[in-house]
Amino acid sequence: MTKTVFLGTVAAASLFAGMSLAQEGSTLAQVKERDELNCGVNTGLVGFAAPDANGNWTGFDVALCRAVAAAVLGDGNKVRFVPTTGQTRFTALASGEVDVLARNSTWTFSRDTDLALDFVGVNYYDGQGFMVRKDLGVTSAKELDGATVCIQTGTTTELNLADYFRANGMNYTPVNIDSNAEGEQQYMAGACDAYTTDVSGLAATRAAFADPENHVILPEIISKEPLGPAVRHGDNNWGDIVRWTLNALIAAEEYGVTSRNIEELVRSSTNPEVQRLLGASDDLGAMLGLDNEWARRVIMTSGNYGEIFAANIGEQTPIGLARGLNAQWTQGGLLYAPPFR
Amino acid sequence: MSETGAQTVAYVRDTMLPAAPAPEAQSGAIKWLRENLFSGPVNTILTLLGIGIVYFLIVTFWDWFAHSVWNAGSLNECRQIIAATWGEGARGACWAVIRDRWNQYVFGFYPQDLYWRPTMTMGLMMVALAPVLFAPERRIRRILLVITAAVTLVSMIALSAPAGWLIFAAIVLIGGLWISERNVLWLLPFSVVFPLLGVWLLWGGSLWGPIFVLVGPILGWLAYRVMLRILPAASVIVAIIVTLLFWLTLAGEAARDAENLLSLSIQSVRSDRFGGFLLSVTIGVSGIALSLPLGIMLALARQSDMFLIKSLAVVFIEFIRGVPLITLLFVASLLLNYFLPPGTTFDIILRVIIMVTLFAAAYMAEVIRGGLAALPKGQYEAADALGLDYWKAQRLIVLPQALKISIPGIVSTFIGMFKDTTLVTFVGLYDPLKSMSDAVRASTDWKGIYWEPYIFVGAIFFLICFGMSRYSMYLERRLQRDHR
Repeated sequence: MTKTVFLGTVAAASLFAGMSLAQEGSTLAQVKERDELNCGVNTGLVGFAAPDANGNWTGFDVALCRAVAAAVLGDGNKVRFVPTTGQTRFTALASGEVDVLARNSTWTFSRDTDLALDFVGVNYYDGQGFMVRKDLGVTSAKELDGATVCIQTGTTTELNLADYFRANGMNYTPVNIDSNAEGEQQYMAGACDAYTTDVSGLAATRAAFADPENHVILPEIISKEPLGPAVRHGDNNWGDIVRWTLNALIAAEEYGVTSRNIEELVRSSTNPEVQRLLGASDDLGAMLGLDNEWARRVIMTSGNYGEIFAANIGEQTPIGLARGLNAQWTQGGLLYAPPFR
Repeated sequence: MSETGAQTVAYVRDTMLPAAPAPEAQSGAIKWLRENLFSGPVNTILTLLGIGIVYFLIVTFWDWFAHSVWNAGSLNECRQIIAATWGEGARGACWAVIRDRWNQYVFGFYPQDLYWRPTMTMGLMMVALAPVLFAPERRIRRILLVITAAVTLVSMIALSAPAGWLIFAAIVLIGGLWISERNVLWLLPFSVVFPLLGVWLLWGGSLWGPIFVLVGPILGWLAYRVMLRILPAASVIVAIIVTLLFWLTLAGEAARDAENLLSLSIQSVRSDRFGGFLLSVTIGVSGIALSLPLGIMLALARQSDMFLIKSLAVVFIEFIRGVPLITLLFVASLLLNYFLPPGTTFDIILRVIIMVTLFAAAYMAEVIRGGLAALPKGQYEAADALGLDYWKAQRLIVLPQALKISIPGIVSTFIGMFKDTTLVTFVGLYDPLKSMSDAVRASTDWKGIYWEPYIFVGAIFFLICFGMSRYSMYLERRLQRDHR
């Protein structure tokens, strides 16, 4: 068999491809030259990032990728979604395989400093909670003393769980699981009394049960999980672009700019902040190294933060998450975009 | 004859008894049951235990299978159908997910209008494999190629392949059948070219790339012929260097220039569009095809008398065998990026194929070394006595026997490697078992489905691996020379 030739083919072919690529430069320049944004996303998480039957990606994190692509390249479809696993995500970013990582990653001290990432903001405030069967009669996580708990190994949730039970002087038996699907299966099979993960995940899981009414998510939130997009340390201009794309989405909701009324507001809005945001006055885009209509395209792509939330994970979707902490600061939530001036 | 006998024997039968059927206990089903299932207390207990387990499994899972739903748009719809048909609280399998995501399981995210390309590649692969796998069996080849041609052409029409490509596939498939009916060895050149053709068809792009890759070894061969006259000792090394130099320097430029002169491009498909069984089969077939020659070379190197070659082979084999495959995959996907110059793209599937090949080759080398060790020393000595040089002795006497002995081990390695292709899930590629199933579960329609994708993918893997195993048994029978 002389199929060794095959190896050479592909090796040579990819080397040609490799040599023709741009040399190291700013991420913005690279993205523009490539005419495509490489965005690291989850390999599949309900509501946040998932490919549909045709391979089109949709989801809450995916919308952010598309918004950045719209700001930089003028088209929300010029994104290559790079599925990353929990193990490969940060290395993929650090090694330059992706330009931005929007993969429901928790912003923590060590990740921001030690891993040399820059978290540019928070697009979803999550927290760890518990789900139990209703007939267990438990109404508070404080009553879970002695329970068996299904827990994903190798995640921050594992540490949070240990901290929480120790702080409250309770005991538990962990049932280690590998993935969310396995956790659901174990919980349904009765291998554990309680299933713990981020509340958004619990809600999505519960919604998929045949009998969601028989399960409750306990009110206690035992950890802070601010999920946000991350970029590489050191390219501050690129970090600014991603940060202000996110802020533009949040601010647009605050000022009532939606994908539907944006054309009209560009012409008629009298609010100076909206005018600056939409590029009708001042030159904010140039300060980012973009044109003046960048934020317009960002909002046109899949709407403002509220629209994205409602379309992917909001109460009208099967996942049915309430805004909660993720409401605007004016509505009692934590979303607070710095002023556009 | 003896008079005394007639007086002492009271009765002598002088007619034959009519033939009677064998006693109940010694014939038919009862005998079979006795001999195979109840031939002793231990076997009886085991049989009863086995029946009990099978009964338990059927009782537990029968309703789940019996209530299968094949046609639904989402898990909730499945549940509604099951509840409506079998009553509230009934459970059932929801195979509709396979029907709904069938394309994704087979082709991954390959562009839908190009599905015919992988299909055609698989069909052509069977033509390329016919002379390699089924050289002396005309009947098997005929059946195989007729089925392949029919299935490939019908699927290509169903996938609305362009007419030109349809004609091309028909010519190759039917021409392959025609040639195979005459002399199958004439198909070997196609087997040699097929890897390049397959790569081009799967990934697309310019045909000039593969063509100039093919030019490399041809130049190398020319250099070899020239060097044979001038400096025979260095001829092989020079040939290899010429080939590599051509690939690394001239081939890329030449392919681009040729493309500018005469465009021979088809739509290119990026590696991240590959997934599902297309990905598994691509990695599996390339790995199998590449690891066997590499494994043979490593096994010979390890048996070699030359210290340097032997040590290199030992270090390589022991290192690769000592490291889990996942580690190698992580190295391929993550660590390499740090070493390569920034901005370089080194195709991820290619990286994975290289690592899987190296991994399988190390195991292969040890399996084949076992075969080499099993040969009686007399065979080696006989080769020497005939005056054969090293390569001739290996090619004509040692390897044919050693490989024949190693067939079960080699095929086991192949099967193991094919199943290991599912591990690419850890580097973000969409293998059918985990990544693709998780992606399917990540849609709101199918969240909460668990067993059905696993069972489906497992069944397909079983079919392929069982096929390989049966082929190896057939090969062993065919190569049997000891007339036992």
